[in-house]
Amino acid sequence: MKSHYQAWTIVAALVAALGMSKAVADDLQSLTQDDKQWVMPAKNFASTRFSSLNQINAGNAGKLQVAWSFSVGSNHGQEAAPIVVGDTMYIVGAYPNELFALDATTGDLKWKYSPRVDPASQGVACCDVVNRGEAYDNGKIFFNTLDDHTIAVDAKTGKEVWVAKLGEITKGQTMTMAPLVADGKVFVGNSGGEMGIRGWVTALDENTGKIVWRAYSVGPDKDVKIGPRFHAYYKSAQGKDLGVKTWPPGRWQIGGGPVWGWISYDPKTNLIFYGSGNPGPWNSNQRQGDNKWTTTIFARDANTGEAVWGDQLNPHDLYDYDEINENLLIDLPINGKMTHVLVHPGRDGFMFVIDRQTGQIYSADKYDTQTSMKYFDVKTGRPVMNDALKPVLGKNISGICPASPGAKDWQPTAYSPVTKLLYIPHQHLCMDFKTGEVGYIAGTPYVGATEDMYAGPGHYRGEFAAWDLTKRKKVWAIHEKFPVWTGTMVTGGNIAVYGTMDRWFKVVDARNGKLLYQFHAPSGFVGQPITYQGKDGNQYIAMLSGVGGWAGAIANAALDPRVRNGALGYTGAVGDLPAYTSGGSTLLVFALPKQGNANAPH
Amino acid sequence: MRRISVFAAALMLAPFAAQAGTLRVCSEPNNLPFSNKAGQGFENKIADIVARDMGDRVEYTWALQNDRFIKHTLDAHKCDVMMGVSVGMDSVETTRPYYASTYVFVSRKKDDLAVASLADPRLHKLKIGVHLIGDDSTPPTMALGQEGIVDNVHGYMIYGDFAKANPPARLIEAVEKKDVDIAAVWGPLGGYFAKGSPVALRVTPITGTRRFAPLQFQFAIAMGVRKGDTALRDRLDAVIAREQPAIRNILRSYGVPMVALKGASHG
Repeated sequence: MKSHYQAWTIVAALVAALGMSKAVADDLQSLTQDDKQWVMPAKNFASTRFSSLNQINAGNAGKLQVAWSFSVGSNHGQEAAPIVVGDTMYIVGAYPNELFALDATTGDLKWKYSPRVDPASQGVACCDVVNRGEAYDNGKIFFNTLDDHTIAVDAKTGKEVWVAKLGEITKGQTMTMAPLVADGKVFVGNSGGEMGIRGWVTALDENTGKIVWRAYSVGPDKDVKIGPRFHAYYKSAQGKDLGVKTWPPGRWQIGGGPVWGWISYDPKTNLIFYGSGNPGPWNSNQRQGDNKWTTTIFARDANTGEAVWGDQLNPHDLYDYDEINENLLIDLPINGKMTHVLVHPGRDGFMFVIDRQTGQIYSADKYDTQTSMKYFDVKTGRPVMNDALKPVLGKNISGICPASPGAKDWQPTAYSPVTKLLYIPHQHLCMDFKTGEVGYIAGTPYVGATEDMYAGPGHYRGEFAAWDLTKRKKVWAIHEKFPVWTGTMVTGGNIAVYGTMDRWFKVVDARNGKLLYQFHAPSGFVGQPITYQGKDGNQYIAMLSGVGGWAGAIANAALDPRVRNGALGYTGAVGDLPAYTSGGSTLLVFALPKQGNANAPH
Repeated sequence: MRRISVFAAALMLAPFAAQAGTLRVCSEPNNLPFSNKAGQGFENKIADIVARDMGDRVEYTWALQNDRFIKHTLDAHKCDVMMGVSVGMDSVETTRPYYASTYVFVSRKKDDLAVASLADPRLHKLKIGVHLIGDDSTPPTMALGQEGIVDNVHGYMIYGDFAKANPPARLIEAVEKKDVDIAAVWGPLGGYFAKGSPVALRVTPITGTRRFAPLQFQFAIAMGVRKGDTALRDRLDAVIAREQPAIRNILRSYGVPMVALKGASHG
């Protein structure tokens, strides 16, 4: 085995020397531009989740039907996006993370790969045993397992190619994110910010699974890969070893900053962009300082991992505002000039528009109710906190918006170059910080604080909104009973797709939000929709149903207070979600009614 | 991303009824002095006493005791009783308390520190070990932070590395190994591990705590059943009343420092 690996290393080195690794990346890039396929969860490196397909469009979406369905077989929160490469669809389920290959047109099962995932990992994952999807390049499918393995499987045969172990569940680490493949490398990160882990992003050689580089979110510059190429735009991010100095001594060693969200890639500059999670596991009065580089958007060289810039959005985070959300790489007019920007719909409720080259924040507008921060100062690159809503033990504080899951969590947005709108599936929750609650963990009692979540102003808990990035305002919004915990996608046919936790698959007009089609599914949705064209020439839309994830708990916690405190008592406290759905695991694939070849696209 | 500790989420309630003659206990498999899979913890012994009194046999559901524990065990109807919970905990129905203990300082006897009060100025200098829970914190950790005692505080995860025996015990071992001078720890953990320690340790209840309210340092411990399961709670209340002396004997034999039950809110 060893010589085998060495052989690969030599080949890889030769390929790199000949400048051929770029060719590989270009190949994946050209696949991302073929809208018959959907080869990565984010659709493309820029993470726009836009497809130009228009056979299904705002004029005919009302006629959609279920074409076929498939069960991934475990009733946990199904957050994964299917991907379609050629004629094959790949989909990974929640724990135990089985990977399936299906004929994308007929739904026939081609193969199944069942990793041996340590059952103990279920007890470690903070928020249900989810998985957010798989990735493809060069004939291989890559995905992560809950017990910290990244696995490469032959896309044709389903045979295992390599398995890389990257962390220890016994120390609180898990992996739930979908990998990104670019530049011949598989980029993955870890979960477990409250478990005393130290967050990282790791690049693996896509051929061997060997670690090429690893960059930590916290700690000394050499571990964070901050060096000569790093140019912080903001003063508070300038200085040596801030990942150590912005913590009390040694606190950074278990300081959190996990990387469990999304990674984008710019092939022109060969940079990856991603955000880190919240600091942990110390209570805030034991971690004074900014706690860098938690809740930070990083730009890194894909090849070396070197950081190019970093913007910490929530210094000394008090509210669990991870900033792992997706980053869309698009061009926008800034001060009259088209500019390469990164759009980050923040967990903290601000829509960040950031210069991709420099890290300068051009704008940060509130896109949902936001009370914990007065505004975000783009001059200093820091939020101006609302001191009245700072959690303090000994005080009950109410009306903190957004609640801990943020205005938006991991569920990714989509951007249409046609409508020039950003589509935002998100929650609308506020919380009270209640102090003096008795807790008990591992035999150890304590008095702490709990967060009591509820619907934000207007008594709804979720929203699907369209945001104009140029005018910097909301254009339309659809209110939902529960948090909208699915991702979304938008097409050249001017349709946007999302799902609700109370089991509705919804297709809306991307221009005005008008509901065009809905379907009552077996279980609520927390997945990600995709679209593609089958070998029969028909356009399909696919999304996993199966409620769960943190959202399951959120929906329960986010009950209307009148229900919760009413005569229902405990039944009420368990939540109203079970009144609408049970768990599930069904992939649903929709298409227009078949009309022979007349239905083939343009 | 973090916990929701306010409400347990029971999406799918499996309607299993407890078999007659079985005391179904939700327990942590690797957490002495409380419990372990070999039945060596004091909660295991107390479960035996309770079951014997009720004419039942004990059946365990094992799970890591983290913030999803109740959701995955008790609320999932896999088991019916947790042997130890704090009185006043919202997410379960608690019985009458059967003991109360206190947070303690643990130090090496040889060092003769005799630190008892949180107001002791030496706490600004000594290397202090504390348990970390995640987003929450133990009362001493928060109180020290409030006092500005931060730089000399060392954290040990209560969850620790569950591949090793009794993860919370790493904090006591840190005192033995002189990694820290003093540990602020929940009494039963401190008392038990000090008792068996190869290095002579001193266990001192923490005092000077009043000004840190609502933080409290003494807790009454009860058994916990599912919300609404008042029938089982009432039966357990009766058993606790009958078996209190036997239960206290067990706790004493494990070195559990006990304080008066006066603050208890139930029973």
